[in-house]
Amino acid sequence: MAAEDTGIHWYKYSAPHTFYPLAGRLIPWFAGLALVFCLIGLYIGFFVAPTEARQGEAYRIIFIHVPAAWMSMFIYVVMAFWAALGLAFNTRLSSMMASALAPTGALMTFIALWTGALWGRPTWGTYWVWDARLTSELILLFLYFGFLALEAAIEDTRRADRACAVLALVGVVNVPIIYFSVKWWNTLHQGATVSLESAPKMATTMLAGMGLLALGFWMYCIAAALHRVRSIILERERRADWVREVS
Amino acid sequence: MNWGGWSNFWAMGGYAGFVWGSYGVTLLVLALEVYLLRRRRARALAAIRRTRHQMARDIDESTS
Repeated sequence: MAAEDTGIHWYKYSAPHTFYPLAGRLIPWFAGLALVFCLIGLYIGFFVAPTEARQGEAYRIIFIHVPAAWMSMFIYVVMAFWAALGLAFNTRLSSMMASALAPTGALMTFIALWTGALWGRPTWGTYWVWDARLTSELILLFLYFGFLALEAAIEDTRRADRACAVLALVGVVNVPIIYFSVKWWNTLHQGATVSLESAPKMATTMLAGMGLLALGFWMYCIAAALHRVRSIILERERRADWVREVS
Repeated sequence: MNWGGWSNFWAMGGYAGFVWGSYGVTLLVLALEVYLLRRRRARALAAIRRTRHQMARDIDESTS
């Protein structure tokens, strides 16, 4: 048996009743790490990082704006990945993971748009502009809302999972559009401050604060998704024997 | 970064509304999500208890 040779029983955790207790044990770790990373990141962001020469203190919005924007895109890709697995292999837990990620993804998108608006006003002179970056990020929020609305509208969970998976997969083309929009079009939004191709265009302490908050947001999103997937498992497996034993 | 006093810190160089408006709303929606997560779990557990009672009643009725 190939699965046993590796020593790690991956298949074991693809079943809701074995994943449920594992997720429960992981949540405190991810939540704890989220708190530690965010607190250190905020300390560096507000008490170590210097004032920015052109934007003054308004730039400090970057410490939550960029991590939230990254997570909004990353969660969508992960959600589409799980939805696709569920669609292809009919694995129950995959579809539940996709459903568990959607609300947190929508939340991160909202934070990115809100903080972006409040940062845009003092630096660009406007809260909102219909440029490629902002519009495609708004479309991302609507894709998350569409996923959640579709899920709520279809009573049969299997059919809802399939419909949501198709929506998630069609919508995934929007993610590279958001990411590369500042390169492909001439937008009011600035280009990437941190990219793989060039050295970061910001002070080291600013970068450290943003990096720590990005890690903190990441850990928070994992904790939130794991917590939600446990509820979804309980909701969907309400009549199973093992559920009556754990509750 | 030396702010030279807390009042300067809260003033954020004149951008207090923008900076604290961003951080405040972020904290608020994260707190809201944590509340909703806990409520969803409590409701799921309550639904299981109802199902369990219902199943026990069904068995009682079928045997009596």
